[in-house]
Amino acid sequence: MNIAVLSGKGGTGKTTIATNLALLLEANYVDCDVEEPNGFIFLEPEDIKSRDVEVEIPKIDQEKCILCGDCIEACKFNALAKTKNKIILFDKLCHSCGACGLACPTKAIEYTKRAIGKIEEGKRGNISLKRGIMNIGEPMAVPILKELLKELSEEGINILDSPPGTSCNVVNVLHYAHRALLVTEPTAFGLHDLKMAVELVKRLNIPFGLIINKYDENNPYLKEYMEEENIELIGKIPFRREIAENYSKGQTLIHVEKYRGYFQQIIGNIEEVLL
Amino acid sequence: MKIALSSKGKDLNSSLDLRFGRCEYFIIYDLESDESKIIENQGKHSSGGAGIASAQQLIDQSVDGVISSNIGPNAYELLKNSDIRMYKGKNIPCKLLIESFKRDELEEIKEAGPSQKGVY
Repeated sequence: MNIAVLSGKGGTGKTTIATNLALLLEANYVDCDVEEPNGFIFLEPEDIKSRDVEVEIPKIDQEKCILCGDCIEACKFNALAKTKNKIILFDKLCHSCGACGLACPTKAIEYTKRAIGKIEEGKRGNISLKRGIMNIGEPMAVPILKELLKELSEEGINILDSPPGTSCNVVNVLHYAHRALLVTEPTAFGLHDLKMAVELVKRLNIPFGLIINKYDENNPYLKEYMEEENIELIGKIPFRREIAENYSKGQTLIHVEKYRGYFQQIIGNIEEVLL
Repeated sequence: MKIALSSKGKDLNSSLDLRFGRCEYFIIYDLESDESKIIENQGKHSSGGAGIASAQQLIDQSVDGVISSNIGPNAYELLKNSDIRMYKGKNIPCKLLIESFKRDELEEIKEAGPSQKGVY
């Protein structure tokens, strides 16, 4: 069972929820926020093994190339261009689709590999911790996510700590998710982006529940929307300075007695409502 | 000699579009015959690599120079590799820029502007 933790808006507490739940549930944790994965700061895995993620890019044999431009015509991503005397590749725009090679009449295109990021895998007790890391300056995270998510444990629970937003990256994570936890905060921005996230999980038919972080009972922002949409609230984390202080030191909340209960309650509700 | 101007409109009275890859039109101006023609920028419709598509279009038009303002790293590399010179223009009508170009008053662009990737 894979449970994705997503939010729409960034900074609502996805990693706070995902890391604490992983520890309490003894679930495997997968940090899918490959642009800035920070779950390992809290979970401190040991025995980290690392491997590169590579994508295929065309390599043009200038001897065989007759500058016909068919490859450029075939490329839908503007990754190839033709100057007076050669074809130029813009490798970061290449989606590795292979159309250029098929289009080339003189077989002047071969493919080579290019590293765009890496996968790190470690352990904490019995649970397995994984994360993808995208190299600085790379624009495309999806190949890293596919590599990261392709061989997840079939037993027990995997928590997928999703990237923010509702972009391709999030959609790709959700393709592997059986359930979703939406984390939001009671602000106008939180609500605005939550609506997009709700629309997304509904469209993908993924059963979901809502967690409100930075909860304040005097704050009415989310109430009306939740009632309108009939959204299941499965937990809340109060708005406390102390929580932020813990987070800033890289500490998990379940180890603080008075906050552990909030996560136990979330797990109880997940079991009751989502599993 | 032919020069291309990134333009907001379809004639020489239109102002220069300061964006290269996402400009509306290119005016291709022939300095020998004083004739100009308009082409729609194919790059502006691209979801990515707009500057590359625009530069490719100008290479295919065999222009010798480009007057624009913000030419990103990919388009810059492509134009430079094709020996097309780039000149910096301001937000003023294209015909005035052509006059300035003829008087050799435009500054040549010698390095790429900032990447606009992901800026929407």
